[in-house]
Amino acid sequence: MGATLAEKLIARAAGRETVRPGEIVTCRVDLAMMHDSGGPRRVQPMLERLGARVWDASKVVVVTDHYVPAVDAESAAILRLTRKWVAAAGIERFHDMQGICHIVLSEQGYVRPGMFAVGGDSHSSTAGAFGCLMIGIGATEMAGVLVSGEIWVRVPPTILVRWSGRLQHGVVAKDMMLALCARLGINGANYRVVEYAGSAVEALSMTERMVLTNMAAELGAKTGLIAPDAVTVAALTEAGVDQPDALDWRGDTDATYERVLDLAAGELSPQVAAPHSPENVAPVAAHAGVAIDQAYIGACTGAKLSDLRMAAEVLRGRKVAPGVRFLVAPASTRVTHQAAEDGTLATLTGAGAIVLPTGCGACAGFGAGVLAEDETCIASTARNYKGRMGAASARVYLGSPYTVAASAVRGRIGDPRELLG
Amino acid sequence: MRASDGSGAPLTHTGRAWTFGDDIDTDLLAPGAYMKGPIEQLAPHCLEALDADFAHSVRPGDVLVAGDNLGIGSSREQAVHALKHLGIRVVLARSFGRIFYRNALNLGLPSLVCADLHAVRTGDELRVDMVSGVVENLSTARVHACEPIPPHLLEMVEDGGLLAHLEKRLRADKA
Repeated sequence: MGATLAEKLIARAAGRETVRPGEIVTCRVDLAMMHDSGGPRRVQPMLERLGARVWDASKVVVVTDHYVPAVDAESAAILRLTRKWVAAAGIERFHDMQGICHIVLSEQGYVRPGMFAVGGDSHSSTAGAFGCLMIGIGATEMAGVLVSGEIWVRVPPTILVRWSGRLQHGVVAKDMMLALCARLGINGANYRVVEYAGSAVEALSMTERMVLTNMAAELGAKTGLIAPDAVTVAALTEAGVDQPDALDWRGDTDATYERVLDLAAGELSPQVAAPHSPENVAPVAAHAGVAIDQAYIGACTGAKLSDLRMAAEVLRGRKVAPGVRFLVAPASTRVTHQAAEDGTLATLTGAGAIVLPTGCGACAGFGAGVLAEDETCIASTARNYKGRMGAASARVYLGSPYTVAASAVRGRIGDPRELLG
Repeated sequence: MRASDGSGAPLTHTGRAWTFGDDIDTDLLAPGAYMKGPIEQLAPHCLEALDADFAHSVRPGDVLVAGDNLGIGSSREQAVHALKHLGIRVVLARSFGRIFYRNALNLGLPSLVCADLHAVRTGDELRVDMVSGVVENLSTARVHACEPIPPHLLEMVEDGGLLAHLEKRLRADKA
């Protein structure tokens, strides 16, 4: 009997020939990633209590992204603690204010096919786009990993989601994921791995594939995965990674999936999640005309270069509607630089966009751009839980960068295809 | 019946229920606006968007009862820590967000998956046996069969969580 990609990745990390769903195994961790919120400030006192040190500093990555740039003495103190701990622990792979952790991992070539990784953030599943099995964990669990280099996992069954056909222009990976959230429900893939395949997935760029694995978190999945192909190898090469066995990491043709979901990309329209859940999804037409106070392009889900380019495609030659704040928080400093170089930023700012510092920003209510009571926002982020982006009565809709930009132009939620050539 | 030696969490517990519905996410449990400060500052805001009274009325030893998907969302451990700080001793839910579930056991907050708890009302007195998974509602005399804590995690929960468990193991290694 064949193995799924997830089973192969876990078996390798557990030092086993094969593993089967339901088994509990101990895995060696190839990479442990922490950010400023759940990282050093939380694990430092735990390691001190244990009198223990990091098992292997070369396998640890630390990124500051939640409290950047500091806005008060408390956030500045969190960042200072992070920097001091990283220096004391001898961690060289430290990326200070250079971008959102999941994006930085991909840009630096840290996450590669075949790896088993953990991250102190629920969207750690993003790395699955590279064929790296990465699991989100909490701070105490991270302290355990830092001490031992190991973690126990229950081998998850895999749900295979196959998207056939071809997306229409103006319909993107975010729409695929919102549709899937509606189909499976929030937490509908709890304890499972979601693997994405099919011609419509193969046609996606790496940054678009990262949206699929990123939002596996919204399905409650242990992680999301996509088998590496030529697109993956090209992205790895660009990140300076030469990995001859990259294409070997794929599920066997006779692997057993708990469920196979066949979906048609060609029939998909732009999707919007209404307050206050990512599963509260309908085609954009169902919410067309809802007036907005703010449009937000940001977060690990929706502020990569491809996302900013989508927004610019809509905004070229147009203006943001009067009375609407259109905020753009690029996902990394590299994204900001590339968007500046290729003219994307000029298109956005020319239309009236306000460019914010890179980081997690307003998505989780940590950074600039949070909402007041009763305000309405449409965002390219992953979550719209009540109160997450600011006041409890604020209403957050989720859409693709195309839909967010089109809504910014109109001042109301609308279908981006009407504004695209 | 295994019982605690007093250093960790006893594996049976009797307490008063607080019931909540489905989809209690980590932003409701640990609002982002209060994540910068210590748990003493965050805990009073736990679940305030759903029930402004909860954090002020909950008593040490109470049991949180929820529907599907308790703790979905972020990996932030403060979602568990806030409940523990307020005195919640056991959590029962129809299903959990997977990171919350692991965080809860890692922080020594016993959490059980219970398929059928809809008959439980806030204020009911519940007796929870974490080894067998049996939950007795002393107020209604109903008995609910829940999934026990997985055997490989029982010792850790009994020790009071992952840190205390690691501490014990490290001590044993040195001895």
